[in-house]
Amino acid sequence: MNAGPDLLSLFGHFLVFSLLSIGGAITVAPEMHRVLVSEMGALTDAQFTASIAIAQAAPGPNILFVAVMGYQAAGLAGVAATLCGIMLPATTLALVVSRWGHARQDWRAVRAFKSGMAPIVIGLLVATGWILTVQAPGWPHVALTLVAALLAWRTRVHLLAMIAVGAAMGALGWV
Amino acid sequence: MAEVDELARPASPRDLFLTFNWLALQGFGGVLAITQRVLCDEKRWLTVDQFVESLAVAQVLPGPNVVNVALMVGDRFFGWRGAFAAMAGMLVVPLVLVLALTALYAQFSVHPAVAGALRGMGAVSAGLIVGTGLKLADALRRNPMGVPVSLGLLAATFAAVAIMRWPLLVVLPGFGVLACGFAWRRLGDEARA
Repeated sequence: MNAGPDLLSLFGHFLVFSLLSIGGAITVAPEMHRVLVSEMGALTDAQFTASIAIAQAAPGPNILFVAVMGYQAAGLAGVAATLCGIMLPATTLALVVSRWGHARQDWRAVRAFKSGMAPIVIGLLVATGWILTVQAPGWPHVALTLVAALLAWRTRVHLLAMIAVGAAMGALGWV
Repeated sequence: MAEVDELARPASPRDLFLTFNWLALQGFGGVLAITQRVLCDEKRWLTVDQFVESLAVAQVLPGPNVVNVALMVGDRFFGWRGAFAAMAGMLVVPLVLVLALTALYAQFSVHPAVAGALRGMGAVSAGLIVGTGLKLADALRRNPMGVPVSLGLLAATFAAVAIMRWPLLVVLPGFGVLACGFAWRRLGDEARA
């Protein structure tokens, strides 16, 4: 395998994925699958699915599934290619836009954007949690999600404690 | 606003790095819930309203949302050094952990107790995201569109994405333009009143 051109094209593809990833990198997962698995053959189907599962199981932001893909495709150099590719355009844009908006926070248009988007962003969050839980079968799973939601909303119970209880219940086969 | 007076700020970029590192390590199945809790409740660096604003910007821009929030928060306090410190804090140690886990994954993923534990953690972390959303909804009380319209938009977005499964690239611009246009008019009425 000649690693040079592979790494460059990996990096190039992830630069594009970065700019497409409105709503988070996971929204480009279908496109990543098309390019990495079907087109480049850089990953097997099982490796692709495992990448997302591993990043979910580990602490830290889910974006790291991109690093796992890079690692499985081309080792540590692959991690550098995929992670830098996905981060560079998005972070640059985020900084530029956030500074622009912060300098103009009294503008009516900026205030209208923030006020208008607030309920939509919150609705999206609730929807994300909902979609994540209904993918798994069985009512105990949904019930556990609802209890966790209620506790996170209304109490100061430590989030790690809730995760630990969830892990224990899962390991015992209750959910 | 009285609550602004009580806000704290990070001591240094190093403080940002350590805080974001610490919260990222507590975030299983996503770090948004713990980020909100640490930044708004524990450290008091941001109000809930400011957090929602940052999240709104992060959501409409490409890129990982929480990392974008970390960048903006770091940038707000210490410019690009703060942005870089916050982002590095969020990513570096978890990256090492996730790569280590990749090496172990093949051996452990077949174990039923491990698979069960991951499923249980998944259920809880989905709940934490929902709970965070409900907490942030408190910010809508102060929304110039008014509570009924705000809650209506929240419910419509939820229904479109969770029930109808419309793509984000339809929901965000579609509802976004409507909502921002309405907010624009309301802000104009407020200014005249």
